[in-house]
Amino acid sequence: MGFLDTLLGRTKPVQPKLDDLFALPSAAVTLDAGAGFKPTGSGSVCFRPVEGRSFSDVQKDVTELLDVSSGAEGGLPVEVTKDSYGFNWLVSSRMSDELDALVTDLHAVNSSLVDNGFGPQLLCTLVAFKDDSERRLALVYLFKRGTFYPFAPISGERRDNALELQVKGVIGDDLKFEPDLARWFPVWGAPGL
Amino acid sequence: MAARTRYAPDRGLTVRMTATMFLLGLVFVAFIAAIIGIGTAYHASDAAIVLFAVVLGGGFAIGSLFYSDKIALRTAGAREVTPQEAPELHGIVDRLCALADMPKPRVAIANSNIPNAFATGRNSEHAVLCVTTGLMAKLNPEELEGVIAHEMSHVAHKDVQVMTAASFLAIIAALLIRVAFYGELFGGGRGRGRGNQNTAMIMFALMAVSIIVYAVSFVLIRMLSRYRELSADRSGALLTGQPSALKSALVKVSGDMARIPTQDLRTAQPMNAFFFAPAMHLAPKGSLASIFSTHPSLERRLAELDKVQQQLNRRAG
Repeated sequence: MGFLDTLLGRTKPVQPKLDDLFALPSAAVTLDAGAGFKPTGSGSVCFRPVEGRSFSDVQKDVTELLDVSSGAEGGLPVEVTKDSYGFNWLVSSRMSDELDALVTDLHAVNSSLVDNGFGPQLLCTLVAFKDDSERRLALVYLFKRGTFYPFAPISGERRDNALELQVKGVIGDDLKFEPDLARWFPVWGAPGL
Repeated sequence: MAARTRYAPDRGLTVRMTATMFLLGLVFVAFIAAIIGIGTAYHASDAAIVLFAVVLGGGFAIGSLFYSDKIALRTAGAREVTPQEAPELHGIVDRLCALADMPKPRVAIANSNIPNAFATGRNSEHAVLCVTTGLMAKLNPEELEGVIAHEMSHVAHKDVQVMTAASFLAIIAALLIRVAFYGELFGGGRGRGRGNQNTAMIMFALMAVSIIVYAVSFVLIRMLSRYRELSADRSGALLTGQPSALKSALVKVSGDMARIPTQDLRTAQPMNAFFFAPAMHLAPKGSLASIFSTHPSLERRLAELDKVQQQLNRRAG
């Protein structure tokens, strides 16, 4: 934001960065090799709904589009859930070896929101992983920063910081990681995790 | 990047704000010119007094800017809270920060039944956001989010710095009034002769100019403050995408304010400039009080949010 915008109190909504999401499949291979975490096949996009008809129309179109594409390949329909903070989560479920298809799905959601002028409403995208001992892990992509961070919830709204830092060590070079740890905000109860 | 956007800046507001700042600048220049004028007219140097006021006023402004977070938290009786103590509040702030790509401010809660919120701090790295327990009890999560988005827009717009810079002139003018007043009182008793009469005239002229500058800049600062509130409303509503939630929060908070007895509010009054809604009776439209108010009227704020609502619902262009 420029000096003049600050002086005049005009914040411009931040446009999302979408492209870095495609680095995910190759990082997933490294993650499996280095830490034993495999994708569960489920991923979600979190966005802030805008009130009014315009936005709900776009959301409906996106959901239908994804349903058609995943239905043709024998996948599950897309789910839309609302969390307690008033954010919507669009969950896409694929087979666990279809990470490429999942990322394409998620990208389709993102780009249709951006194309309709709702890009600033995108919060994050989340792809779920788990290891053999059923530990859960999510890689969260922050749209506004274009960076990833790990989120490993354990029971009772606590997070496994050791595991998160270990994951950063394993795939820190494959993905653009969020350097500011203060921005690794928790997404408790995220659908699809 | 040619991404399609629904977010056009509000031209009218920008123009009015620019005009206000320009007038403030003009007053500043006129003030300096008047001081130099007084100095030359009486063949005397009033530089020492003015320099004294500028240094003292500057020190005061910088001090209040640097300690704004601590002063505000202490005045409001607020306490910083960790994510474990207030998970919902931190959750809302986390999400809004990620949505707006802003560093996260510290979060504090003030134990007060007056539903209100403020954000302060010299920059976004040292910002602190405070809500009262009354606000959290009164509003539902979406309305609370609307209020927090409004406060975070104040941080993003650097309103504390802008308002401190704007008040600088008024602080100096106020100091000069005082210095000149005491100069008149004590300076008159000391010596006799022409030199003394000269000093009295300088003091009188300084005082007169300072009073005018103080009065004009006071009205302009209040005007600027109202425009910045409207800007924060607008940016906050665009950020959450829910102007109605902010509107209903405004109605709830303002309705409550009017019913609360004023005696409890005296302590809250100096903090008004940073509050979400002023802890005073809202001034009726067009009255003299509305010129001196730090916040726009409820009707004005609701009307501006209606515009945001229409803008968000338009087809993207």
